[in-house]
Amino acid sequence: MYEVLSNDTLAPNLHRMVVRAPRIAPARKAGQFVIVRCEAGDERIPLTIGDADPAAGTITLFIQAIGASTKKIVAVPPGGFLRDVAGPLGMATEIERWGRVACIGGGVGTAVLFPMARALAEEGNEVTTIIGGRAEPYIILADELAAFSKEVRVTTEDGSLGRKGFVTAELKEMLDDPERAPQAVFAVGPVPMMRAVAEMTRPYGVKTIVSLNPIMIDGTGMCGGCRVVVDGEARFACVDGPEFDGHAVDFASLTDRLTMYRDHEEQCRLAV
Amino acid sequence: MSNNLSAKERLAIDRVKMPEQDAVERSRNFLEVNLGLGEAMAVREAQRCLLCKPRPCVAGCPVGVSIPEFVGALAGGDLPEAARILQGDNALPAVCGRVCPQETQCEAQCVRGAKGQPVAIGYLERFVADWAMAHPERLAAPALPAATGKSVAVVGCGPAGLTAAGELARKGHAVTIFEALHDTGGVLRYGIPEFRLPKTIIDVEVARLVEMGVTIECNVIIGKTLTIAQLQEQFDAVFIGNGAGLPTMLGIPGENLKGVYAANEYLTRINLMGAGQTDSCATPILRGRKVAVIGAGNTAMDCVRTARRLGAERSMIVYRRGESEMPARVEEIHHAKEEGVEFVMLTSPLEILGDDKGWATALRCQKMALGEPDASGRRRPVPVEGEDFDLEVDVVINALGTRANPLLTATAPDLKLNRWGNIEADENGLTSLPGVFAGGDIIRGGATVILAMGDGKRAAAAIHSYISGGN
Repeated sequence: MYEVLSNDTLAPNLHRMVVRAPRIAPARKAGQFVIVRCEAGDERIPLTIGDADPAAGTITLFIQAIGASTKKIVAVPPGGFLRDVAGPLGMATEIERWGRVACIGGGVGTAVLFPMARALAEEGNEVTTIIGGRAEPYIILADELAAFSKEVRVTTEDGSLGRKGFVTAELKEMLDDPERAPQAVFAVGPVPMMRAVAEMTRPYGVKTIVSLNPIMIDGTGMCGGCRVVVDGEARFACVDGPEFDGHAVDFASLTDRLTMYRDHEEQCRLAV
Repeated sequence: MSNNLSAKERLAIDRVKMPEQDAVERSRNFLEVNLGLGEAMAVREAQRCLLCKPRPCVAGCPVGVSIPEFVGALAGGDLPEAARILQGDNALPAVCGRVCPQETQCEAQCVRGAKGQPVAIGYLERFVADWAMAHPERLAAPALPAATGKSVAVVGCGPAGLTAAGELARKGHAVTIFEALHDTGGVLRYGIPEFRLPKTIIDVEVARLVEMGVTIECNVIIGKTLTIAQLQEQFDAVFIGNGAGLPTMLGIPGENLKGVYAANEYLTRINLMGAGQTDSCATPILRGRKVAVIGAGNTAMDCVRTARRLGAERSMIVYRRGESEMPARVEEIHHAKEEGVEFVMLTSPLEILGDDKGWATALRCQKMALGEPDASGRRRPVPVEGEDFDLEVDVVINALGTRANPLLTATAPDLKLNRWGNIEADENGLTSLPGVFAGGDIIRGGATVILAMGDGKRAAAAIHSYISGGN
């Protein structure tokens, strides 16, 4: 059993939970995730580890409550318990000294981006952060990211905060400005956003890393359910990823596979 | 009950038939197919055993169960003694009595099989193990030796790990099993369906180990949460029995369409997560009306029979060779047929076709014929030119087998592997790392439960002498 120490709401349906996981906290690196089950019989849900405190034996999870299982997880109050937390899983982010990097987060993806961006800054990169969301309440972690970013640019679809529009508009300006052009781009968010970012950087030949979140079961490479096509080959996001070269990912098949259980999810939502 | 029968009297007894659930009924439920023998049936079957001196059956058993001894005790009606003997040799007898390929192991060596039917050793093992589970009060508690102060880490809670843990606990060593999944049993739980091996059987067998002092920690992924090097520091010895969980992909166009599963994913969703067993289960599964399973081993049979139970109108085995070449157990093939499974033989998949929404709709197949025997000794399938056809499907399950999962080995660079990525180990399971032993599928590739258990037992003996040697 894994005790929930705190549970805050950062944005509508987006929670930050600190969980006691003394074996995982010291082992974890930026870019890795855990598999969580609230109770026996629940679905196995992969969640990125946003932060960890090895001394305290705790990890921080960011959870977007969209389906029945994630809603159940965020409903656990401080002092309550998660039955299973397994990890850390996946490959750690490959942190290099690129020079200037653009870190782009969309929605809950900003939480996944956070440890990557910080690790890149600690390695000596100049980090420009671009975060986007539907509206002001969905913009998260701006202050935390500002602590180590050269600048934080915000876009919202309704214009309620920062520039009105998508993150790609900010990225385009960076790519076109020789003074600001990044040597690498890291993008985490909804699949259409990551796809748009990868398409935008492709003609510029700028290395672009995306973090994928396909449907996943065991998280250890055993079932093959999380396969994504990268460079024409089936790769497993759980053990080969979750980060891949955005220019090599087949986003069309990823988008498609994510709709596999839409009917089931609809039924579960109605049942809640 | 008398066990003093003459050979003639023993020879006059016909082999028992296993009572089983009606085929039509069971093809729509997950209850166990084989119903088990009653006591009178079991005793009578045991009396067929000639108790011959050479004991060839024991040599046929990978864990070396004292078969004539336990069968003899059963034939004389002494069930506690039969159970004592069986449990002393085998950590998971109720599992083995259900899933072992007895027909190619102990029973294949039975003297009575030379002229007629061998003794139904598997059925008897199951009967005695089930009786022991139901009558714990009739069994003497196993006397555990004093603690040795030595500790062993076991990686993986499947058949190899459970067996090694049981053997080592019996010697007084402190054993901790680390399991990556959230529940025990490994492939026994996620791979083998309820209708062949009920989960309660695994629970009881695992509970017996816990009573013996074995600690089990789930959700610990060796290679990620802890490394082999950390285990070497914290324990006197390590046993790796993490299995061969990495699916072999089909390598044909369309395998990423929606509706296409690897067998491990399909079975894990259903067996470990309970998908499809109740309407309220959180984990989803595509039920499929027309399901094609590619492959013909026991895993393929488990998938195809499961699909039938989830309501498939057509549930098909698609196999590139013929029926006599199928690697699955004869009993499983027989049961599948009775349940309405179709066998599409001499057929090799070329491509999975999909609709404009990305769902699998058809399996494009190539007709095959059998040519000369290949390296495996089986006749090689060769394509029949111009003979291809489409099979209408909505779910395709790839049951082509598994390979070594590199998750653990990738983080233990000094651990020597063979060219398939399996861990190299000597006949006692010792690897290239001091104090680190391995067994089961991770050293031999996808094999059987009982071979993994045999490895666990052998390695446990070697670990015992390794950690006792320093005294």
